[in-house]
Amino acid sequence: MNIHEYQGKQLFREAGLSVQDGVHCMSVEQALAAYDSLGSNVVAVKSQIHAGGRGKGTLYHPESGDLIMEGGVKIAFSREDVEKYAENILGNILVTKQTGSEGKMVNNLYVEGGCNIAHEYYLAILVDREEKMPLIMASKEGGVDIEEVAENTPEAIFKIYVDPVAGLQQADAEGLAKSLGLTGKAVDSFVENVTGLFELFVSKDCSMVEINPMVRTEEDEIVLLDAKVGFDENALFRHPDIMELRDLSEEEPTEVRAKAADLSYVKLDGNIGCLVNGAGLAMATMDVIKLYGGEPANFLDVGGGANEEQVTTAFGIIMEDPNVKGILVNIFGGIMRCDIIARGVIAATQTLELEDPLVVRLVGTNFEEGRRILSESGLNIHTAETLAEGAKKIVELVGGEA
Amino acid sequence: MAIWVEEDAKVLVQGITGNQGTFHATKMVEYGTNIVGGVTPRKGGQTVDLGAVQAPVWDTMGEAIEATDADASVIYVPPRFAGAAIIEAADAFASIRGNGVIVCITEGIPTLDMVKAAEHVAKYPDVRLIGPNCPGIITPGETGGAKIGIMPGHIHAKGRIGIVSKSGTLTYEAVAQAMSIDEGQSTCVGIGGDPVNGTGFIDCLAAFENDEQTAAVVMIGEIGGNAEEEAAAWVADNMTKPVVGFVAGMTAPPGKRMGHAGAIISGGKGTAAEKVAAMEAAGIRCANDPSEIGAVLLESLKAARLR
Repeated sequence: MNIHEYQGKQLFREAGLSVQDGVHCMSVEQALAAYDSLGSNVVAVKSQIHAGGRGKGTLYHPESGDLIMEGGVKIAFSREDVEKYAENILGNILVTKQTGSEGKMVNNLYVEGGCNIAHEYYLAILVDREEKMPLIMASKEGGVDIEEVAENTPEAIFKIYVDPVAGLQQADAEGLAKSLGLTGKAVDSFVENVTGLFELFVSKDCSMVEINPMVRTEEDEIVLLDAKVGFDENALFRHPDIMELRDLSEEEPTEVRAKAADLSYVKLDGNIGCLVNGAGLAMATMDVIKLYGGEPANFLDVGGGANEEQVTTAFGIIMEDPNVKGILVNIFGGIMRCDIIARGVIAATQTLELEDPLVVRLVGTNFEEGRRILSESGLNIHTAETLAEGAKKIVELVGGEA
Repeated sequence: MAIWVEEDAKVLVQGITGNQGTFHATKMVEYGTNIVGGVTPRKGGQTVDLGAVQAPVWDTMGEAIEATDADASVIYVPPRFAGAAIIEAADAFASIRGNGVIVCITEGIPTLDMVKAAEHVAKYPDVRLIGPNCPGIITPGETGGAKIGIMPGHIHAKGRIGIVSKSGTLTYEAVAQAMSIDEGQSTCVGIGGDPVNGTGFIDCLAAFENDEQTAAVVMIGEIGGNAEEEAAAWVADNMTKPVVGFVAGMTAPPGKRMGHAGAIISGGKGTAAEKVAAMEAAGIRCANDPSEIGAVLLESLKAARLR
């Protein structure tokens, strides 16, 4: 689960870390009031969406699609600048490298006091899968695309692994400060901030904290000028305060509904809906549809123990997508019996009055019974023995025009 | 021989009195797994009806291992308690027997809980953790065998193919594909789809390489992380037996978690295309479609003069 920069900054502020004063705004009037209250000649006017690359993004009008402004993060030198930028940002669509071409509507703005930047750095904390340990990464080259730095000059990224139980040791934090070339009181400021960020990472079960840029000011203070914070969804049960920060408008509504029904759904751009049990098999089903010339409309995993009701919900979610022209059901019945799935499929197609072509592949426990139920139903349901056969059939039935 | 669990391994069930625990323990008994009891805190002294077996319950893993000398345990406890259950099992196996296999089926364990649990298990070189978020491990026998997990037992048969996979139902596909060319399995291991887990691909490949019963290996990967790439490099340097593969997620969009917590392409890394390229470069023949795993396996067996 991701949160907005302004929410991340508030968490940092509460933890006593160095952030600039700033105000969350949802209207131009609020942005102007924020400018007045900050008492800073120079402020940053920042689009708040759950995606990176905002600074280099482009704003478009939501209906006409006209280009409104280059850059979703602007430096304002006057009240007039603030007004202009807030108007150009709020209610428009921001397209960045990470949003995809459809972009994201900007409903929130963060107006933040400026500071005298001497140098920009990069700092991130995440769990490294290979070492099975939290990892702190830092680089002297902040404010730029860190993936490019990692690709071209990996030696410019310094890494330390930290035991979450023991916590970040003072000497290790100081070592990292030295690697970044920090001296004097900037070292102390860095150690304080990185130690606090690590404590926050562990205590709030973060999946990712990324500060790009973290800056050294001309006064030799370290300031966290950015805040990209993500949380481990599996640990949200112990952080009700974090759960309240969720902004559902940033998430695909069908994905949110699917999650509520304990289904895992991801919308894609194709026209063949998929209903599968197991995440790996669900991905493989998409891949095979593509392999035989079709385009999958979604990823959908009904899980290992899905019942009739969940199958009906799953069909409903797939059919909500207007692009869907046919559905492939692929179930390897292990714990889940194929006869139960077959009954669920029949009930769902009748309840939802499915008219699009439907191909069902059932294997595993009680598959003969499952296939018999489907073929005796009198419904227009095609069956397949293998995934390849099922995929070919559905691609053919939707006309292969992906 | 097989890897890590023998056909007659003595198995404890952690969380045996819960719905999931009792249900799957009964299925394991039906398959022929030697279930010797279970553990649920504060329910010690009870007995759980598993059909053919009346399983005694202990309060702690320490008591249960003292009483049964179990070789392995399987965990069905809810996510918020699973990290602690792994640590308890590891301590008990290490202090009483010096070794043991812990299989964690639970999905949805907080990542930092797994960081702590994996680090704890790693202190004991002879204690192995499989999972979490996995179907488990199965060593089929002539009749019955050791099914430690949630996989459908009846699709398996004893044989010479080792299978290792991040995904549950894709493992079953791989088993069915092997069976379609009349090849049974030595051991099938589901290593799970979480970002932080216990046993990895390389552990399994190394064990299969050293196992006399195993003649060839099927390896099933998916998007996220670079475990497949590291495994491919290991295969190139160390593996003499044929390995065939499949990687799920060629069409997965970047930045989206595809069901499994670990199945995500982040920062352009962890794509299926990169993984397949690394595996092919290491001599691992990859199927484009899980329905072709059987055919690819047959080709590899023939090329190695094993058929």
